[in-house]
Amino acid sequence: MNNQPGHQNSGRLRTRLRVESFFKLLMVVSACLVLASLVLILAIILWKSLPALKLSMITRNPGSGYYLGREGGILNAILGSLQVVFGATLLALAIALPAVVFLNSYLRRKSRLAELIRFALDVLWGIPSIVYGAFGFLIMITFHLRASLLAGLITVALVELPILSRALDETIKLVPADLKEATYSLGASRWQTATRVVLRQTFPGLVTAVLMAMGRGLGDAAAVLFTAGYTDKITTSLLQPVATLPLAIFFQLNSPFPEVQQRAFASAAILTLLILLISLASRSLSRRLSRHKIR
Amino acid sequence: MAFYRLSRRDRVPGLATAPFAFFPVALAAVIFLALLAKSWPLLSLKSLSSLIFSTTWLPSRGHFGLWPFVLGTLWVTITAFLLAVPVSILTSLYLSEYAPARVRRVFQPVLDLLAGMPSVIYGMWGVLVVVPLVGKYLAPVFGHQSSGYSILAASLVLALMILPTIISVSVEVLNSVPLSLKEAALSLGATRFEVIRYVVMKKSFPGILAACGLGLSRAFGETIAVLMVVGNVPLIPRSLLSPAYPLPALLANNYGEMMSIPGYESALNLAALLLLVIVVGFSLLARWYLVRISRRSG
Repeated sequence: MNNQPGHQNSGRLRTRLRVESFFKLLMVVSACLVLASLVLILAIILWKSLPALKLSMITRNPGSGYYLGREGGILNAILGSLQVVFGATLLALAIALPAVVFLNSYLRRKSRLAELIRFALDVLWGIPSIVYGAFGFLIMITFHLRASLLAGLITVALVELPILSRALDETIKLVPADLKEATYSLGASRWQTATRVVLRQTFPGLVTAVLMAMGRGLGDAAAVLFTAGYTDKITTSLLQPVATLPLAIFFQLNSPFPEVQQRAFASAAILTLLILLISLASRSLSRRLSRHKIR
Repeated sequence: MAFYRLSRRDRVPGLATAPFAFFPVALAAVIFLALLAKSWPLLSLKSLSSLIFSTTWLPSRGHFGLWPFVLGTLWVTITAFLLAVPVSILTSLYLSEYAPARVRRVFQPVLDLLAGMPSVIYGMWGVLVVVPLVGKYLAPVFGHQSSGYSILAASLVLALMILPTIISVSVEVLNSVPLSLKEAALSLGATRFEVIRYVVMKKSFPGILAACGLGLSRAFGETIAVLMVVGNVPLIPRSLLSPAYPLPALLANNYGEMMSIPGYESALNLAALLLLVIVVGFSLLARWYLVRISRRSG
């Protein structure tokens, strides 16, 4: 490429630079496209929801005739979603945490068994939440359960489990081996090292993983579609059906009444706000908690 | 051996945590077997290929051809994938190689937020913006009549949904390319784009492929957003502007209430099983390919 006389070379350089600026233009255009469409989503939801965004939306249950456009709110769905998500995340964490500890402290990294478990987690991660919903429904029939908070919560926990385990696994892998070896050399057992050093060291990662899983659970409609049911009241027992925000949005949007549709937009804005809060909390918490990490 | 030799005080916690670690393996197997068992009544009557490749879906007359749904899934997912991949690779290249720090600081939280956005919200946006856009403006350009509820609308919504995931993973991959490699290429007189093409892309190809795989597997199973804009008509789709009925939408619309017609329950469980097999099959394929690439490059 460099053996030609100078003027020819500069001509080729010009085409090379032209190619460069062409592709750079393409990149800038697509980046703008992405940013614009993403901002557009937020803007349209906010704009559409403004007329129906009243305080009564979050302080009241649907009254009689709510679905015909009369008074009421979606307190039932907000509380219901939180009940489902907190329960599901606790359940998923109760399985994921010991699983990941076992995977990282009791199994050799490259062993067949560890690879099998990680592979199963990858497979589970890829299973669509609608299939978990169907599976949850099959469990329900088998145990003669009705659509309820319990069934919804279990199904959402199944959806969250691979997300949580993989995120935990990734953060635990990053703990330096020196740190573990140092505690072993002081005579600590694997269990002591795992719980008092490794988990403490990965605590910020754990918090972000939990919040990420909560965000996914909160927005997942397909998993609760057959399993959680729907109700206009506030759920007080594990065996009662429960309302959830994504389904509230979905049902209200399908209504022929414009007032009800507007409330779907308002409910969407509320759900977006919750997701935003979770994502902000995860950012600031992980920053604050990381101060205590040994580097 | 897979296990370390455990000291006595480690045996109890080791034994106590082991079942939790095997839970994922058992769960994956149980899901597969449960769906297989539930679809068995139909599978024992008709051959699998006649169920999958038959095009008539008339549950009330006992015709359970799943081909329109399989095709609907493939059309929507693959179109979305083709729309999303070039845009997201270009965007992540811009973000990692050209963009000033300020732009990156704006992009990152927006991408995070949008990756976590619930699908019902994307679906709502699709109904509000994309469906009218396709029906009123895009379809007439191509000389078609369309309500707007179409494969194209679903693919656009779906592409937008998987963009943030693909971009954030790709940016991470691109940022991990060693600076010394890029500097070496620059010092030999390469332009920045040539560095991207011959060094950065080459080095990060497997990682970007993995990012696209993540996006693809998310796209396959996406239910609510697609269901809201795709039209849900169980016919073989003829063009991008015709409606379709992907497998997840079929399940979402019918799964809860399938008791009355004989064979219907089995057919829907078979649809769930089929979806599971397609998604897992694709991810296994991607995995196998990645392993092969990483072996070849040493």
